[in-house]
Amino acid sequence: MSNKGLRKVDILFSQYSVAPYQILKQTMKKNKADVLTEINESGLRGRGGAGFPTGMKWQIMADEKAEEKYIICNADEGEPGTFKDRKLLVEVPRKVISGMAIAAWITNSTKGYIYLRAEYNYLIPALKKELEVFEEYSKQFGLDFPIEIFSGSGAYVCGEETALIESMEGKRGEPRNKPPFPTQEGYLGKPTLVNNVETLASVSMVCRYGSEKYKSLGTDAQRGSKLFSLSGDSPKEGVHEFELGMKVSDFVAEYGDGDTKAIQVGGVAGYCIPRKNFENTIIGEGNTTGGATMIFNSTRSMYNVIHNYLEFFVEESCGQCTPCRVGTQQLLKGIEAVKVGDKPECYLQDLIKLSKTMKITSKCGLGQSVTNSFTSIITNFPEEMIY
Amino acid sequence: MSTIKLIIDGQEIEVKNGTTILEAAKKINVNIPTLCHHEDLCVAGNCRVCVVEVKGRERLEASCAVPAEEGMDILTNSAKIRNARKDIVSLLVSEHNTQCTTCYRNTNCELQELAAEYNVDGNKYLSVLKEGIEIDTSSWSIEKDDSKCIHCQRCVRTCAELQHVNALTAAFKGNEMKISTFGELPFNEVVCTNCGQCVNHCPTGALTERRYFDQVWEALGDHSKHVVMNTAPSVRVALGEMLGYEVGTRVTGKMVTAMKKIGADSVLDTDFSADLTIIEEGHELLSRLRKVLLKKDTNIKLPMITSCSPGWVKFIEHMYPNHLGHLSTCKSPQQMFGALTKTYYAEKKGIDPKDIVSVAIMPCAAKKYEANRAEMNDSGYRDIDAGLTTREFGLMIKQAGLNFQNLEDSEFDSIMGESTGAGVIFGATGGVMEAALRTAYTIVTGRNVPFKNLNITAVRGTEGIRKASIKIDGCLEEWAFLEGAELNVAVAHGLKNARTIMDEVASGKSNYHFIEVMGCPGGCIGGGGQPIPTNADIRAKRIQAIYEEDMSKSIRMSHENPEIVRIYKEFLGEPLGEKSHKLLHTHYHKRNRY
Repeated sequence: MSNKGLRKVDILFSQYSVAPYQILKQTMKKNKADVLTEINESGLRGRGGAGFPTGMKWQIMADEKAEEKYIICNADEGEPGTFKDRKLLVEVPRKVISGMAIAAWITNSTKGYIYLRAEYNYLIPALKKELEVFEEYSKQFGLDFPIEIFSGSGAYVCGEETALIESMEGKRGEPRNKPPFPTQEGYLGKPTLVNNVETLASVSMVCRYGSEKYKSLGTDAQRGSKLFSLSGDSPKEGVHEFELGMKVSDFVAEYGDGDTKAIQVGGVAGYCIPRKNFENTIIGEGNTTGGATMIFNSTRSMYNVIHNYLEFFVEESCGQCTPCRVGTQQLLKGIEAVKVGDKPECYLQDLIKLSKTMKITSKCGLGQSVTNSFTSIITNFPEEMIY
Repeated sequence: MSTIKLIIDGQEIEVKNGTTILEAAKKINVNIPTLCHHEDLCVAGNCRVCVVEVKGRERLEASCAVPAEEGMDILTNSAKIRNARKDIVSLLVSEHNTQCTTCYRNTNCELQELAAEYNVDGNKYLSVLKEGIEIDTSSWSIEKDDSKCIHCQRCVRTCAELQHVNALTAAFKGNEMKISTFGELPFNEVVCTNCGQCVNHCPTGALTERRYFDQVWEALGDHSKHVVMNTAPSVRVALGEMLGYEVGTRVTGKMVTAMKKIGADSVLDTDFSADLTIIEEGHELLSRLRKVLLKKDTNIKLPMITSCSPGWVKFIEHMYPNHLGHLSTCKSPQQMFGALTKTYYAEKKGIDPKDIVSVAIMPCAAKKYEANRAEMNDSGYRDIDAGLTTREFGLMIKQAGLNFQNLEDSEFDSIMGESTGAGVIFGATGGVMEAALRTAYTIVTGRNVPFKNLNITAVRGTEGIRKASIKIDGCLEEWAFLEGAELNVAVAHGLKNARTIMDEVASGKSNYHFIEVMGCPGGCIGGGGQPIPTNADIRAKRIQAIYEEDMSKSIRMSHENPEIVRIYKEFLGEPLGEKSHKLLHTHYHKRNRY
C-alpha cells in the first residue's frame, strides 16, 4: 500500500498555457517510437475503469498492418456516478482531440470517431466546431485524420469496447468474443483503438510534460493524475482531480459530510468500502479506476443501495450471456426474498457464490464486475439485508 | 497452415492454428458440453456452458469461442468448472418453462440432457420465468413458445446466416431480452419462409413445427374417410434415426408397412409425383428454350428455376417479387400428388373425392404452409389435407406401439406408388437437376445422358452453389435448334446460396438456362422437418443413402416410370396439356420484403 495522501492537482483542466495543437505539432516532429516509449514509461493506464496500460495497447495497434485503421474516443460515459468525461469534452475538448490525433499519428490510423452517449447529444454543435478547427490544424500539420461524431443509443453495455463497435456497425450492442481484440479486428473488421476520453486527454498531458514529470505524480502502483466524479452525501459534489494513490480515509475526511458510512469506488461496477476499511484502502488499488465515487452517510440503507444497483444491472445487461442475464435477476430476486423472509439468511452466501460464478464465466466486464459491489455490500452490511 | 501445441487434461495435442479449444478437445475424445454452439453456425459464445479452465487465468474461457494458443494448459473437468457449469445450467432452468413432460421436445432436448447430466437442483434458484407468455400459433408451419427459450440465438443465427431471411432477431435487453420478429409481429405476418431450419436448430422446445398428427389420427379412425398417405423421398433415409437406426439407414419397406399398420387406406409414394414433376418441368424447360432460342420470345424468362421447395418459393416471392417469371409454374410434387389424389386416384378407385383425406409426410415445415396456400385446390378440393413432418410421423409410429425394427418390408400401393431412382434423388440437393437432365436429354436426343451409370456427379455434392454445362449434340429433328448448344445449369441449396444465385439472375448477367434451388442446406434431407439433430455429417450420410436408393432402383429415369406413362395415356393426355395446366401448375404472388 503506497499512500501519497490527498493531493489535489490541476492538470487536465488547466487552461492551455501552450495550445494543445502546438503540443500536437511539437510531438509530431519527434520520432514515433520515442513518443510511444514516453507514453509507455509514463505508466498511464486506461481511465475508463479497466486500467489496461495505454502504451501497450497503442503498441499492439501500431504493429497491426492495415490500409484502414480507426481511433475511437469512448465518450459513452454511462457508469452511474461518473460525469468527468462530459466536463473534459465541454471544457478542454482540444486536449481530447489532440490525444486522438497523437494516437492516429503513432499508430498510422486513418479515421477517428467520437462515440458520444446519446444523453450528451447537446454537445454535438460545440464539438463539431472544435473538429472544424482541428481539421484546419491537421491540414497544416500534414495529418490526414478526419474525425466524426457517432451518437450512441443509450445502452450501458455499449461502453464496453466491442459492444460499442457492434453498435457503430448498426448491430445490437452486444459484446463480442475476444480474441480477436479490437486492435486486431475492430470497427468494420479493421484494427481499432478504443480509448476513454480521459485517457486521450491524459496522453496530451504526457506529451506536454514528458513521462518523467507525469510519472512523478501518483505512486508506484498507479501513475499520474485522475479525475474523480464525486456524488452522494458530500457537500463538495463535482469533478475533482487528484494524484493517484490516496487513502479512502483522507478522501472521506475532506469530502464526506462527517457521517460517512461507506463509499462506492468505481461506480456500480466497482467496490463498496465500509467505514472500517477506510484507513487501509487506497482508491484505485485492488478496486477499479473509473473514478466514480459515491459517498453514503448513515441515513442510507445499503439494502436499497444494492437493490438499486441490481435493478440497474438487470436492465442494462445486454441479455446475451446466461450468467449475466439470469444471474443479475437471481441476485435481485434473491435479496428481495431474503429481505421479506422467503429465503433464509444463508441464501445470501449462495448468492455470493453465484456472483463469483458470474465473475468467472460472463462474457464481458459487465457481468464479471457485478460481484464487486454485490459481495462488498452483502458481506459488509449483512445486518441490513435480512428480514 | 502452421500448427500449435497445447495441453488438454494433461495430454499434449497438436492442432492447426485457429482451432478452438472445443474442437481441439474433441480430437482427443474429450466432450465439452455446449448449448449455443452448432456446427452449422457462427460462434456465439453466449450460453457459457462450455467453459474450461486455462491455467494462469482466473476467469474461465468459453471453449467454443476461444482459439487454442501455443502452450495453453487446459482443464476441462475440475471442481471450479463443474460448479460453474452447474450454476449456468441452473440459471437456464430458472428462466425456463420446466413442464418437460408435456413438451414436444421431451427426451430430445439439449437443456434437459444437461440438467440431468449435472443433476441440477431445480429449486436452488428462484424461478424468473416470465408470466403470461403466449405461444405464437399464428403460422401454419411454426410455433414459437418463448417460455422454453434459452436465448442461445441459434435460431437467429440460422435465419440470418444459413437462410438470409432474418425473420428472427434478438430484441430488447437485460431481463426483457427475447427472441422476436420484425416489429414483434406474429409469425404469420412476418417475412418468414417457413423453412423450419430454426426449429431444427433449436436446442429446446421453444420453436417447433405446428403439429397436425391428431387430425390425421382422427381421419384414420373415421371409417367414412379414405386416407391416402404419401411420403417424400428424403423421409425414408432419415426416419430411422428416430427409431433406433444408425444415421443414413434406408427404411423404405418398414416405413411403408408402418403406414399400413397405422391404418392408411392407401400408402403411396411422393416419388411418383416427383417423376411427374420431372416430366412437366422438363417439358416446360424445353418449351421455354424453344420460345427463347428459336422464337426469340422476350416474354419468356430464362433461366427457369425449380419450384418444388415451398420455402424457396416464398423466399423468392418476398425477396425477388419482380423475378417470379423465372420460377417453373409446376406445383411441387406434394401438391401435384394431392391434386391427382382428388381426381385421377378418386376416379380410378371410384371414391368420392370429398371422402378422401390426403396426408403428406414431408421432411419440411414449409410444406404445411404450402398445403394451406389458398390457390392449392384446383380439383375443387384441398390438394393436401394435412402435412406432417418426419418427426411427427416418427412419433405416430411410436404412439401406435409398432416395433418398427421388427416390421416386415412392404411395397407401396398402386396406383401412384411406383417411382424411379430419378424421383428418389429429389431428396438431395442437385437431385431435381440430375433427374431433369436424365429425362430432358433423352427427350431431345433419344439417348441417355452421357454419364456413367446415369450419375451426373457434377451436380452432386454439398458445395453451396454448383455449376455445370452439358453439351447437347445429336438432337432429334424436332429439337434441332438445340444442336451443339451448351446447357448451363446451376444448383443452390440453403437460402443464403439461393440469394447469391438470384442476385446473379436479377443482375441479368447470368448465362444459366436452368437452376435448381432448395430452401434447406443439403436439400430435403436437411429439411426443417427432419429428425433433430441435423448437421453436416448427418446430411452427408442421408445424401449417401438417397443415392444408394437411386442405384437400387431398376428404373432410374422418370419418363420410364410405367405409372407415369399410364397416367398420361389414361388421364393427363400430354405434358403441359390442358389437364396438366389445370391440376399440376400454379402461379405465384408478389409479397413485401417486410
